[in-house]
Amino acid sequence: MVARMSLGAADMEKRVTFKGWILPLCLIAPQVLVSAIFFFYPAGQAIWQSLFIPDPFGLSMQYVGLGNFEYLLSDPYYRTSFLTTAIFSTLVTLCSMIPALFLAVVADRLIKGAGVYRTMLIWPYAVAPAIAGVLWLFMFNTRVGVVSWYLGQFGYDWNHVLNGGEAMGLVVVASAWGRISYNFLFFFAALQAIPKSVIEAAAIDGARFWKRFWTIVLPLLSPTTFFLLVVNIVYAFFETFGVIHTITSGGPQQSTTILVYKVFSDGFVGQDLGSSAAQSVILLFVVGALTIFQFKFIERRVHY
Amino acid sequence: MKNLTTGALIAGSTMLSPFAAMAETEVHFWHAFTGRLGELVAAQVEEFNAGQDEFTVVASHKGNYSETLNAGIAAFRAGEQPQILMVFEVGTATMMSAEGAVRSVTGVMEASGAEFDPDAYIGAVNGYYTTTDGEMLSLPFNASTPVLWVNRDAFEAAGVDPDTDLSTWQNVGEVLTQLKDGGSTCPLTTAWQSWIHLENFSAYHDVPFATQDNGFAGTDTELAFNSPAQVAHISAMGEWAADGRFFYAGRRNEGGANFRSGECALFTESSAGYAGIKAEAQFPFDVRPLPYWDGVGNAPQNTIIGGASLWVMEGHEDAEYEGAAQFLAYLSSSDVQAKWHQDTGYLPITNAAADATREAGFYEANLGTEVAVIQMTTNEPTANSKGLRLGSFDQIRGIIDEELEAVWSGDKDAQSALDSAVERGNSLLRRFEAAN
Repeated sequence: MVARMSLGAADMEKRVTFKGWILPLCLIAPQVLVSAIFFFYPAGQAIWQSLFIPDPFGLSMQYVGLGNFEYLLSDPYYRTSFLTTAIFSTLVTLCSMIPALFLAVVADRLIKGAGVYRTMLIWPYAVAPAIAGVLWLFMFNTRVGVVSWYLGQFGYDWNHVLNGGEAMGLVVVASAWGRISYNFLFFFAALQAIPKSVIEAAAIDGARFWKRFWTIVLPLLSPTTFFLLVVNIVYAFFETFGVIHTITSGGPQQSTTILVYKVFSDGFVGQDLGSSAAQSVILLFVVGALTIFQFKFIERRVHY
Repeated sequence: MKNLTTGALIAGSTMLSPFAAMAETEVHFWHAFTGRLGELVAAQVEEFNAGQDEFTVVASHKGNYSETLNAGIAAFRAGEQPQILMVFEVGTATMMSAEGAVRSVTGVMEASGAEFDPDAYIGAVNGYYTTTDGEMLSLPFNASTPVLWVNRDAFEAAGVDPDTDLSTWQNVGEVLTQLKDGGSTCPLTTAWQSWIHLENFSAYHDVPFATQDNGFAGTDTELAFNSPAQVAHISAMGEWAADGRFFYAGRRNEGGANFRSGECALFTESSAGYAGIKAEAQFPFDVRPLPYWDGVGNAPQNTIIGGASLWVMEGHEDAEYEGAAQFLAYLSSSDVQAKWHQDTGYLPITNAAADATREAGFYEANLGTEVAVIQMTTNEPTANSKGLRLGSFDQIRGIIDEELEAVWSGDKDAQSALDSAVERGNSLLRRFEAAN
């Protein structure tokens, strides 16, 4: 975002130009070096490895060309996993942002005890994802868990180990729960930054709370919302496999196997580094496309 | 400058005390045990170190089974591998095909001149880790086999005689109906469904789980567990699942919580579940042999093991291999094995240890602990019941779990689920074959 803004600024203002090449090269060198070491080199390694089936010990490598990709894309479960990832990421993003926004709006209107309320809301963020997974797993453990026991009292037979929908619901809730705190913090800070005079002016003009919220508050929150959208999708894509591993291991019947979980389980459980590398390359393109889409189409609606 | 001085001091002191350096040939041993098992391993290592002054075994915990294997593989790639690495049974084919990364136990023992008699080991335990021509690749360390656990109170509560014969699935099927009619909400549950109801099922009925002697004869093996015997069993379990006679709790040993809390009447689980059940169960329980289908295959043949074995890794000094051999010989000795068997519920790996345990009256004092030993050792293992040696087996188990879940939830019938598992598993086996 920063890069884009400065570009935009450069278009309008007079460009600063350097004489010669040495100084500009020196100035961009650290950035290029960091990108090369921490991004281009590993990405290149992944692309290279995706062309082989290596043995786990690194004793031999079998060149297979695009064989790993062919193998993956001909697997119907892998293709379904794209859809599973889309559903999972959308749900996690919505379930972590909407409640956070609601809580922030409520907290913003609070006068007494606001400090305590805010601190309590931030707590869940301190719980590591895998531990959050175990906590939710205990509560929803089929028959023995507290929540599933109460559900059983009402005649609902909760069984996420066999019911794919329930399993998806559980991993979404467990993944989104801790993120609500994080999102709350950002929304709350953004709400505090909205000038009171604007809202008061609207109130004097007779705009009710909801009218003010939709026409003034939400548009003014859009930079924060966009930032959180990007960050939460990245979170849902890349950082949730700990939760999935502890709760469902991708089951039942792969109904909670998202792309990153499969990279992890093929690479670190199955020791199949060729397939794992090929999946990383595919993921690289998916995330690239997603980022372009977000900045091209969604960011247009953002008012800075 | 300071580093240089320190370096010179170390070099000097090493030269001055060659005997001290020799006395401390270190043998590194990476394992996956914590808690009570971790303490018992530490005690074994300590006793070995105290008993001689040539070698020091340094034991390190490296996480769970998968993590320990990963740590070993990563360390090998970095040239930092330990002399002895614990690997769980599903990692056997991975280790075995890593030629140049591991040494066979037979080779290490013979080279060192340590006491080693391959016939002293129990065939059914040892066979899992031995090649078809009798070379012992790794030393079985902790081995268990599935048995049937019975909650006697749950039987009585449902008005069923707890002493009913439960040796066949035919009988168990009838009992499950009676239990359900008697009000039981969980007549049967299981742990490790693939290990118990397909892998052990196949060995127990002497039908192949995979071609090429279950993978022992080559990596060009194909899965074969979609034959009529297995389909009939999974189909029956599917029917029991549909009307609540079988309760599925999860892929690992989640069902243990339901059994130990007293809810479930019957539970198929590893014999090593003994310690946990004995500690937690508030009801009288029995250990019975795993049921078989009367008239199917050659049942009851013998069941196979789960657990881990110790692998000796390549790339070390001769003296260190000698230390490793001494340590493995110590672990196999009858006293150490008998104690390990009695403390943990794992199977003894030598006949001498089993005899010593029997003579000490342990089985009479702890009823049911002998069931697993008898079940494993009554018959000589066949090509179908020696064990399994399949590449990518951890992932194949995952596939089997998924397909079985489809049967339990009623989405698929047993035949199509097992067909699909075989087909998906075979494509992993072909990848493994290509990689090795």
